[in-house]
Amino acid sequence: MFRFILQRVGLLIPTFIGVSIVAFAFIRLLPGDPIVLLAGERGLTPERYAELRQTFGYDQPLVMQYLNYLWGILHGDLGVSTVTKRGVLSEFLTRFPATLELSFCAIVLATAIGIPAGVFAAVKRGSWFDQSIMGTALVGYSMPIFWWGLLLIILFSGTWHLTPVSGRIDLIYYFKPVTGFMLIDSLLSGQEGAFRSAVSHLILPTVVLATIPLAVIARQTRSAMLEVLGEDYVRTARAKGLEPLRVVGLHALRNALIPVITVIGLQVGVLLAGAILTETIFSWPGIGKWMVDSVFRRDYPVVQGGLLLIAGLVMVVNLIVDLLYGLINPRIRHN
Amino acid sequence: MVHTEEMNAIDDAEAAKRRALRSGWSARRAMVSEFWFYFSENKGAVIGLVVFLLLVAVALLAPLLSPHSPTFQDRNALLLPPFWQEGGRTAYLLGTDAVGRDILSRLIYGARFSLFIGVVVVTVALTGGILIGLIAGFFRGWIDIVIMRVMDVILAFPSLLLALVLVAILGPGLVNAMIAIALVLQPHFVRLTRASVMTEKSKDYVVAARVAGAGPIRLMTKTILPNCLAPLIVQGTLSFSNAILDAAALGFLGMGAQPPTPEWGTMLAEAREFIQSAWWVVTFPGLAILVTVLAINLVGDGLRDALDPKLKRS
Repeated sequence: MFRFILQRVGLLIPTFIGVSIVAFAFIRLLPGDPIVLLAGERGLTPERYAELRQTFGYDQPLVMQYLNYLWGILHGDLGVSTVTKRGVLSEFLTRFPATLELSFCAIVLATAIGIPAGVFAAVKRGSWFDQSIMGTALVGYSMPIFWWGLLLIILFSGTWHLTPVSGRIDLIYYFKPVTGFMLIDSLLSGQEGAFRSAVSHLILPTVVLATIPLAVIARQTRSAMLEVLGEDYVRTARAKGLEPLRVVGLHALRNALIPVITVIGLQVGVLLAGAILTETIFSWPGIGKWMVDSVFRRDYPVVQGGLLLIAGLVMVVNLIVDLLYGLINPRIRHN
Repeated sequence: MVHTEEMNAIDDAEAAKRRALRSGWSARRAMVSEFWFYFSENKGAVIGLVVFLLLVAVALLAPLLSPHSPTFQDRNALLLPPFWQEGGRTAYLLGTDAVGRDILSRLIYGARFSLFIGVVVVTVALTGGILIGLIAGFFRGWIDIVIMRVMDVILAFPSLLLALVLVAILGPGLVNAMIAIALVLQPHFVRLTRASVMTEKSKDYVVAARVAGAGPIRLMTKTILPNCLAPLIVQGTLSFSNAILDAAALGFLGMGAQPPTPEWGTMLAEAREFIQSAWWVVTFPGLAILVTVLAINLVGDGLRDALDPKLKRS
């Protein structure tokens, strides 16, 4: 097992170097002078330009520039936002809890509905129930979620006035963030109605972000269950006279869940891409909206740092999924 | 799909007859009809195919079908609702947008953009992906290692984020959006091609061809590639719908096709401020995207069932 972990972590290093090269090259590939872009100042005098050139290390050869950049990353230095003049890493960390909260709720919702739906569809294979679940899943999978979000806003916020349109909490509530997670912070604040407000702001974005993972999980669960239900040990369990619920719930589902867990893990990339759109629609102050805003504001150090951090996040989660998969499935570990 | 025993027997007899027929042209025709036999069993796939063909027809005949020009602005008809609502006119069946353009005509022309995006992106990603995947899987060694690590790097970024950043470098616009999406979708084709090349490479028919003196180019393209096509076709269909979705998303974020292009995602971006007052400007472009993507995904599911021999009998 130790060797397996070491091997997987080892595979990550070249990918991380590749990702850092992409982030490093990004600023240099942009049209325009990188120093002007990085400084974000207007009307640079030649003296100021030379000074900045030295500060950013652009007077050194390209290889040295990259090594300096890598050295900075390893020490948590991801550059400074040209707009706010704050460090990119600390900007990321203030916004990340909002995305994490939203993504966590979305994946919980997707799993809680997707797995039972997939199991029932597999057990009742070919029935109208199966067909309508799989039909709905395909619609969800094909959904342009930016439109889906707007549609839900029209219905729930515009027509029925049930949920707020944007943000994380009503502006009448104010408290200092403790954890960064609005659900927890609003409870800790002790203000009446704050938690309710936070929940009502969370509902629509969660539904929108959960749509595609939900469809993928339901489809994957169904096909994994169908495969397992045809296995000999399930037939044996049935022949022994076990109740159908026990056969499906205990014998079949446990084995069918292995590929499903992998798929859930792989949804992290999908969630982060979805967060870009969902957060933009609902003005959710997370890293997705931060990236889009930064692209438009030409705050390139932020885009560069965000690229690296988001890719790093996806890689780490994929590694964890990989390791978990090896833990529950020895065939992978010893291959 | 559930088969009865008799149907299976008939299928087997049919298949045997077809196999016997296989020589030259008749073999190809038999293959096509066998494929259609399995594909048409999936009702959803057939419906998807019909809808898709209708969309192609709409796109091709756009100038004949659309009642107005997609860019014509009628100053006397701003934000008109669809004809069945109060205040709507039959001249503008699905209403007009904020500058008085006919939504139906814009949707009809938009079909051209979406299908064009899908075709170009899949062609570029598929060609590049097959080429790179063939090289990696055939030669292995350090070429393979370098190629696969590069693909890993591309896959580490969420697709929309990478496309967004690439468009930031190249500048917003439809062509640049297509280049970015094709690049982001490419690794899937590389991985698929490489995996199937590696399984096929050690099989007897390839070894036989090699012994007979076939060079690497012939082995790669004539001997191995045709036997790797099935998963690539399925992935190609999925990428087609993904390309349409991603291009619309980029358009929606203001990074894809630029106004006044009647691209569906761009139309949605322009319509955002009217979500509370004019539901039709928001609803119809999104519905068009959903119907198109759904139709293509239905076809994709049908293709997978029809082309994957493992699933055929299940």
